[in-house]
Amino acid sequence: MIEVHQLTKRYGAKLAVDNLTFTVRPGLVTGFLGPNGAGKSTTMRLILGLDAPTSGTATLNGKPFAEHTRPLHEAGALLEARAVHTGRSARNHLRVMAATTGIGRRRVDEVIEMVGLADVASDRAGSFSLGMGQRLGIASALLGDPQTLILDEPVNGLDPDGVRWIRNLLRGLADEGRTVFLSSHLMSEMALTADHVIVVGRGRLLRDQSMAEFIAAASAETVRVRSPQARELAGLLAGEGVTVRDPADGMLEVEGLSSDRIGTVAASAQITLYELTTLDASLEEAYMSLTEDAIDFRSPAGPGAQAGVAA
Amino acid sequence: MSSSATVTAPAAPRSASPGAEAQPVTLRRVIRSEWIKFWTLRSTWAVLSAAVVGMLVLALIVAYNTRHLTSNLQANDIAPSSTLQGYYLAQLLIGALGVLFVSGEYGTGMIRSTLVAVPRRLPVLWAKLVVFVTVTATSMIIVSIVAFVCAQALLSHYRTGFSLSDPGVLRVVIGTGIYLTLVGMIGGALGWIVRSTPGALVAYFAVVLVLPVLFGEALGNWGKQVAEFLPDQAGASFSTSIPESSYSLSPWVGLLVLVGWVAVALAIAAGVLRRRDA
Repeated sequence: MIEVHQLTKRYGAKLAVDNLTFTVRPGLVTGFLGPNGAGKSTTMRLILGLDAPTSGTATLNGKPFAEHTRPLHEAGALLEARAVHTGRSARNHLRVMAATTGIGRRRVDEVIEMVGLADVASDRAGSFSLGMGQRLGIASALLGDPQTLILDEPVNGLDPDGVRWIRNLLRGLADEGRTVFLSSHLMSEMALTADHVIVVGRGRLLRDQSMAEFIAAASAETVRVRSPQARELAGLLAGEGVTVRDPADGMLEVEGLSSDRIGTVAASAQITLYELTTLDASLEEAYMSLTEDAIDFRSPAGPGAQAGVAA
Repeated sequence: MSSSATVTAPAAPRSASPGAEAQPVTLRRVIRSEWIKFWTLRSTWAVLSAAVVGMLVLALIVAYNTRHLTSNLQANDIAPSSTLQGYYLAQLLIGALGVLFVSGEYGTGMIRSTLVAVPRRLPVLWAKLVVFVTVTATSMIIVSIVAFVCAQALLSHYRTGFSLSDPGVLRVVIGTGIYLTLVGMIGGALGWIVRSTPGALVAYFAVVLVLPVLFGEALGNWGKQVAEFLPDQAGASFSTSIPESSYSLSPWVGLLVLVGWVAVALAIAAGVLRRRDA
C-alpha cells in the first residue's frame, strides 16, 4: 500500500510534482502513466525517500519508507536510470544488496534464476544490454520478497518474451496480494497489464480510476462503414458533431453517430452496406488527448519546424 | 523459449524460500555489504596494490641511494622516515581509493540502490568508513613496517641504519600508516561532499598538494604558519623524524590537528548525505 498525500516537489523554478494525492492498493497492478517529464520518476523517488518532498507526505505500508526496519522486504524498486555499479558482476551486485538485510546466497541465486540471468551472472553489469540491465534491476527488486513493487518503466528494452514474462510476473505478484506500482509512458502496454491507472501530466493528477473505467470513458465511439456508395453516404452523414474520414476507397470511419443511426440513414437512402462495425476507441488516442496539454517535451510541430531544428 | 543466446528463459515467479527472508538492517549487515562492495571491484585491487608496491619500491630506492654517507646527503636524507618517502605517492593513491569508494556509487547510479536498501543513509557512511579504515590501516601500517625493515636491511650492508626499537622510530613507521589512513578518510569524505569522481579527486589533490604549496611558499610567513595546520603538514609532523624539525607542531599535536580535519570533513559529509536528494 502506497499513500501519497498532497505531495509536492520543486526543483528550483520547476514544479516537478504538484500536489499529488493518490493511493496504490494491494492486490492490484496499478499503472502510473504520463508523458516524459510528467513527474512519474520523481514521485517514485519521493516514495522511496531518495528525494525529500517540498511539502506533503508519501508513506509505504503505513510509514515513511526510511522508518522500516527491513526496507527491501517492504519495497522492491527498479529505478529508471540504471542503479548498478558497472564494474561489479550481476551476482556480486545482488550479494551487496542482499547483505544489507541478511539475505543469503541461495536467495541471490534464486532471483538470478527467476529473471533468467544465470548464464551471465558473473559478467560485469557494465557489459549488459538494456534488457539484461532491466532483468538485473528486477532481480534486485524481488530480492527481499517485497510487499510492494515500485517499477519505473520496467518493460523498457525488454524483448517480446521479456515483456510477456514481466506481465505475468506482475499479475502473479498482485494476485498474491502485493502492491504493484509501475510507470510507463505507453498506454498500449499499460492497458494489457494494469487493473488501475493513475495518469499525471506536468506533475498534476489527471486521472485515478480503474482501467475499465478509463477505457469506457475514453471511448469516443467510431463506426467503420464499407459501402460501394461511400461518398454518397458521407454526404448524408455529415452534420454537426460528426466527423467522417475516408481512410480507403469505399470505406468510412464515422465519429459522433451510432451504428444504428448510420444503418437507418443508409437504408432510407437505399445505400448498400457491406460492413457496419463499431470500433473500440483507440486507447492511445484517448490518452494522448488527455495528456496533450501536459506534454513538456513536445516535438516541433509540422515539417517546417522540423527543418528548422535540423538546420 | 528465449530468443537470446545468453539470456535464459525466465522461470516462474517464486517467493523467497524459507530461511532466505529479509532481516532487519543493522550496521553490522551494512558493513558486510560494504565489505563485499569494496572487494568486488577491480579498481580497489589495482589502487591498493599500486600503493603497496610504491611504498616498497621507493623505500629500497631511497635506501640504495643513501647507502654511503657522503657530503651530499642532508640530515633529512638519512633520518628514519626518509626511507618511507613512498608515502608521497601512496597518499595520492589511498586518497583516490577513498574518493572512488564513494564517488563510484554516484557516478554509476549505484547510490540509488544503496539508499533504497539502507534508506536511513548514515549507516552507509559509517560502514564505508569502517571498511576503509580496516583495510587501509592494516595494509598501510604493515607495508610501512615491511618497507622500513627491508630498506634498513639493505642499508645495513653499507652503514648503520635504524631499527624499530630506536627512539621515535616506531611512531614514525606506524605513523606513516596512520597518516595514509587519515588522509584517505578525507578523500572519502570529499567523495560524499562533491559526489562526482573528477571533482572529488581535484578537491583532494588541492587539499594535499596545492594548498600546502600555496600557503607554505607563496604567502609569506603568515602563510607558512597556516600551512603547518593543513592536513598534510600537521600529519607529517607526526609521521616524520627530521631532526632539526621544520615543523613547529609537536608530533602528537600534529596528529590531533589531522584528526580534527578528518572529523570536520566527515561531519560535513554526514550532513550533506542526510539532507541532499540522492
